[in-house]
Amino acid sequence: MILLQNWRCRNEQIYISSACEKSVRCSNRLTSMFRRRQFNISSITASETESAEYSRITFSFDGEEEGKQLLMNQLYKLPDVCSIKELTNENSLSCELMLIKLKNDPDTREEIHSAAEAFKAETIDYSKDSIVLRLIGNSRKMDDFISLMGDFTILEICRTGTASIEKGSSVLRKNLNL
Amino acid sequence: MLLSGADILVKTLIEQGCDTVFGYPGGQILNVYDSLYTHQSEINHILTAHEQGAAHAADGYARTTGKVGVVISTSGPGATNLVTGIATAYLDSIPMVAVCGNVPTTQIGSDSFQEIDITGVTLPITKHNYFVGKVEDLADTIREAFVLAKSGRPGPVLIDVPKDVQIAKCEYEPKSPVEKEEPQPAKNTRIEEAAEIINSAIRPFIYFGGGLITADAPEEMLSLAEKIDAPIGCSLMGLSAIPTNHPGFLGMQGMHGRFASSMSMHNADVIISLGVRFNDRVTGNRQKFAKGAKIIHIDVDGSELNKTVNAVCGLRGDVKLTLQKLLPMLDESKKSEWMAKVDAFRQEEENYLDNRDGLTPRRAILTLNKYLGENTAVCTDVGQHQMWSAQNLNFKTSRRFASSGGLGTMGYGFGAAIGAAYGTGERSVLITGDGSFGMNLNELATAVRYNVPVVVIIINNGVLGMVRQWQTLFYDKHYSNSVLERKTDFPAFAKAFGADGETVTTPEELDEALKKAFNCEGPYIIDCKIDKDEFVLPMLPPGGSMDDIITKLEVQE
Repeated sequence: MILLQNWRCRNEQIYISSACEKSVRCSNRLTSMFRRRQFNISSITASETESAEYSRITFSFDGEEEGKQLLMNQLYKLPDVCSIKELTNENSLSCELMLIKLKNDPDTREEIHSAAEAFKAETIDYSKDSIVLRLIGNSRKMDDFISLMGDFTILEICRTGTASIEKGSSVLRKNLNL
Repeated sequence: MLLSGADILVKTLIEQGCDTVFGYPGGQILNVYDSLYTHQSEINHILTAHEQGAAHAADGYARTTGKVGVVISTSGPGATNLVTGIATAYLDSIPMVAVCGNVPTTQIGSDSFQEIDITGVTLPITKHNYFVGKVEDLADTIREAFVLAKSGRPGPVLIDVPKDVQIAKCEYEPKSPVEKEEPQPAKNTRIEEAAEIINSAIRPFIYFGGGLITADAPEEMLSLAEKIDAPIGCSLMGLSAIPTNHPGFLGMQGMHGRFASSMSMHNADVIISLGVRFNDRVTGNRQKFAKGAKIIHIDVDGSELNKTVNAVCGLRGDVKLTLQKLLPMLDESKKSEWMAKVDAFRQEEENYLDNRDGLTPRRAILTLNKYLGENTAVCTDVGQHQMWSAQNLNFKTSRRFASSGGLGTMGYGFGAAIGAAYGTGERSVLITGDGSFGMNLNELATAVRYNVPVVVIIINNGVLGMVRQWQTLFYDKHYSNSVLERKTDFPAFAKAFGADGETVTTPEELDEALKKAFNCEGPYIIDCKIDKDEFVLPMLPPGGSMDDIITKLEVQE
């Protein structure tokens, strides 16, 4: 089963979290639906949860309120999806991890280091030609850092997508109406 | 008791009240067929000529009975042959369970002989599907599939059963047939909102679809129409829900809908829509569709609300239960001015009816009407003949019309007509075109073998009529690949397959042929010759609105 998690609005992005039946097929079903109904999903994360029965999938949706409602309706129809919740900045905490590999150039090394320090990015690999930084934080922070690094040579970026969890004691599985 | 997976599968089907299944055996489903052999006194298996025919037969059976239709096939090509049948059922929300064999679990993923990832293939065209990895899960998976297939908005469910799961043994405990999930009415606040809008309506129009049949709510709908004095129209899928001759019924709506029905909907100020999904074939240009109307939309599937047209009031819930709650909140009223206008549309419609002499498509259907009993199921294929049927058939009983509405599957009809004959226990009728019939005519072998009484009427114009109609109207009469130029002798074909048939060219000949066909024990084929330039009218051009309606057409040579 999928626990669908979070819709969270950031700019025009909405994060939706869901609890799902635990199987690879489940994420397949979800992404297949996004594709065939042309919902624009910009990030998706799937993970194990506190329960052996459920996995948790969080994704962000680029679209308007109307589209979000249509997407919610479609999600509710999937038998694998047990619970859906829209997560907002107000009701939830989110973060993402990013690994970014930059060209290690003597001319720009200093500037990259200063920026990394300001963003609390950790250097996890250092070679003659490249630097790998690790950033943790919300997606906006990642976007900002990438845009700042645009002046230098970015070799590779890997982002995990957003993980979100609701504030307070409420849990996603409580929404299950099975 | 300790049973093999194959026995569990068959026993669970029987336990779920399934008495007739359609299918085709093959290597990876042999164990199930062995079990069907053992249980042949409890479950009847109909062997078709092609898996597609079996899927359509299960669909026709489901449409006419309201029960879950079951189809069985082997792995690989057997399973992929089901795909069109499953998709047809999916688009029309028909409850179906498809069981496929597959290669043993140890071989899955190795591209074995006749291995296909059928759960992957059918993922977007099933309500849900299952791959059964161990025999212990089999019985409950089948039960769950039946619940899903018939609950809420029905649909097809596929179960993929690898061969080793069919062979493995485990304890089987019989259970009682599963019930569908308890239907729920829409929220009270929404029903109150809807009542308020309906009570202030001046020109209300009721528009229903297949959901009304699924919810078994025609009576409630008629009470609604009577109470608020509203004309009634329907989508293709709604046909047969109420008798065609019901005084308030204007017939089908949409691209080839009846004139009065479409005009009334266009001029309504409130459209009460019940179990419909506002397909593009119904709305035409959505910007111009029923612009002046407030739409109230009741549907069991919440995802249909505001999907294609915006409803001022969307009610997610069972149509029957929702109507039952709504009815007492409505004021009884007479809307004589509106009804007079509707009558004027009806009068105008009379002018557009095709009353020519000779064997016109309309005359063919009207002739057939005389032979239809209360319980006769009529199935169609897809194309012009389907629209002529929808416009002119005289429906008497709910669930006695089966046609591929959403997917528009040419070749659907013959399988469906066989399934419908089993579903109703009576003679069924297939109205088809020479194009559609060509797609699955092999099922005549099935009808002959089981002596299924199916009256087949081929509306034969020698062309792909609907394609030709579009080419005439929108493609400068470039009849690209729509002229069949076949030399098929249909009566001879019927005879070769062990049936009988004849060709007719006049209404009188058709009448005689029908007399014979309706007294024939098995299938009978009537090759009904019509002109190649017959048109389905009225027509709303694709993407057009009521302003663009074509009601009469002179075809220039």
